Amino acid sequence: MATVALENVGKVYPGGVEAVKGVTLDIPDGSFTVLLGPSGCGKSTLLRMIAGLETITTGTCRIADRIVNDVEPADRDIAMVFQNYALYPHMSVYDNMAYGLRNRRTPKDEIDRRVKDAARILAIGDYLDRKPRALSGGQRQRVALGRAIVRDPKVFLFDEPLSNLDAKLRVATRIELRKLHERLGTTSIYVTHDQVEAMTLGDRVVVMREGTVQQVGPPLELYNKPANTFVAGFIGSPPMNFADVSFTERDGRLVAEADSIQIVVPEPMRRRIGRSTGRTATLGIRPENLRIATPDADRSNAITGVVQVVEHLGAESLVAVDAGGHLLIAKADPTVAFASNETVRLTPDPEALHFFDSTSGAAL
Amino acid sequence: MVERRPWLTLLAHVTLAIGVLMVAFPIWVTFVASTHRPEDIMTAPIPLWPGTQLLANYSELLFSGLKNPSAGGVPLWRMMANSLVMALIIAIGKIVLSFMAAFAIVYFRFPFRMAAFWLIFMTLMLPVEVRIVPTFKVVADLGMLNSYAGLTVPLLASATATFLFRQFFLTVPDELAEAARMDGAGPLRFMKDILLPLSTTNIAALFVIMFTFGWNQYLWPLLMTTDRQYMTVVMGIQRMINVADTDPQWPMVMAAVILAMLPPVAIVVVLQKWFVKGLVETEK
Ligand SMILES: Nc1ncnc2c1ncn2[C@@H]1O[C@H](COP(=O)(O)OP(=O)(O)OP(=O)(O)O)[C@@H](O)[C@H]1O
Ligand SMILES: [Mg+2]
Repeated sequence: MATVALENVGKVYPGGVEAVKGVTLDIPDGSFTVLLGPSGCGKSTLLRMIAGLETITTGTCRIADRIVNDVEPADRDIAMVFQNYALYPHMSVYDNMAYGLRNRRTPKDEIDRRVKDAARILAIGDYLDRKPRALSGGQRQRVALGRAIVRDPKVFLFDEPLSNLDAKLRVATRIELRKLHERLGTTSIYVTHDQVEAMTLGDRVVVMREGTVQQVGPPLELYNKPANTFVAGFIGSPPMNFADVSFTERDGRLVAEADSIQIVVPEPMRRRIGRSTGRTATLGIRPENLRIATPDADRSNAITGVVQVVEHLGAESLVAVDAGGHLLIAKADPTVAFASNETVRLTPDPEALHFFDSTSGAAL
Repeated sequence: MVERRPWLTLLAHVTLAIGVLMVAFPIWVTFVASTHRPEDIMTAPIPLWPGTQLLANYSELLFSGLKNPSAGGVPLWRMMANSLVMALIIAIGKIVLSFMAAFAIVYFRFPFRMAAFWLIFMTLMLPVEVRIVPTFKVVADLGMLNSYAGLTVPLLASATATFLFRQFFLTVPDELAEAARMDGAGPLRFMKDILLPLSTTNIAALFVIMFTFGWNQYLWPLLMTTDRQYMTVVMGIQRMINVADTDPQWPMVMAAVILAMLPPVAIVVVLQKWFVKGLVETEK
């Protein structure tokens, strides 16, 4: 087990693509850290630099307090699970798992013990003699995990290991990965572009965008206190609604206003915003914090809009409302019926309002 | 086929049978001719059933050779052995060299890598016949005339095989190489433990092709060897036909042809399972 420390790590690919830009990141011992970001943001590149599969252009990477910039992948004491599993097709499951140990000249009975142990943990004991071709996707996935586990490495690296599985198996494997981590306690770094996967698996999530780190923290912190509009929009499903508002003082209260939007800023938030009359900002409010109001609700704190589309998901409905040019999504009770073009009022949960600087996007 | 109609099946079988007959009949006639006395097959009608000379003809040919001056009393087994050595060295050598060349081109970044590839690729257009004079000069200057080395070395480089291996290696996912690297396998171990086993079907297919290629070499051995010690079967047959003043001993020639056909056929039969696999599927 070990910490991984990145200091100002950057990567420029031959050809000039700057995939990672000055990332500084501490990954604590035993944590399950998820690198999350949209496609092409450089998360695989970052992981592969930690693995030693890509050279590090600038900065240093430390694993267990040792600088590993120039250390071969095999000597970094790490194990990696690839997206397409990368099992050796001509070797049996047993040999796939044993290969790395054999190359390290581990004694035969020790190899046998470790492979059998891993096979038991992952419930693949029955397939040890089979070739990968004769396994289902989920079973291959386990073998790939097994190959990482037998090595007993200091750090596990995962690059979107679940993306080739179907939705149901993905959920099941996600839970198992989590259990496995609790059991082994090995520092794990996990790359994904799926925010649900990141939220459920990680005890720390690193949100990346265009080669830079946007925010690092526990999943709920990212959800409740996003550092900027990018993180706010990336985490949560359906994504947070945004609207451009300006502040005005009215009857001693601070009000955020736009066409068809009028929201009283609660006191703690107001203090954070400070002197603000005339200032503009981006209002962020999650669909789950928007309620369809009853007709007699408080009119001073509401958003009025016209229903565009209703999506029925079973447990809830998603109502798309056009409020003065802003398309807002609200989660609604599935039993309530809406007609298209019906005018409704939405009331936001005052505790769950977010305001961001209109130019930088940083949270206020 | 989706439909099963009896007359369609019949038609298919008849067509196939005609095809087989067309290929097999000349071979049968060759075999029949090799079992008769010369005078029997030179008079019409030519026999269609084996004669009495089978053992006599074949044993004389194999163990003492023809007495005529150009074939020079070299027993056929000696020529067969020469051909076999030549074909094996060529086939194995070509595979080893092109495997390693393709490995270098695909998995290593070295200066002028693509230039090297294109140079190899361009030699596809230069078969032995085109460069035969300079090649002969080089081999002669190196003192390799009349030796197995001289027979084989100039034929060892193979652009075709290098290209085939390269194409195959490119289909092997990069992650496999990376996984092996994480598993502590250096380049050579990766080649031996991963790439080689994955290439078996390709190697078998190439071996069949290259062995036949080597076995059928004619022009190069003819130029290269003056010593009868190194005469190959294909050369030998040509010498048996090329006799002055008399008729060739046709039954003996036919027997030599039949014998010369056997090793390539044997190779194909033994390796055909892999051969077909190697041509149609890439196992990943
Ligand atoms: N070998 C390479 N050479 C040049 N550019 C590369 C190379 N590999 C990746 N890139 C570029 O670097 C950037 C980051 O790529 P990376 O693979 O790290 O993205 P990612 O976050 O893993 O995306 P995804 O979710 O699609 O896997 C991309 O713009 C990509 O085009
Ligand atoms: Mg990626």
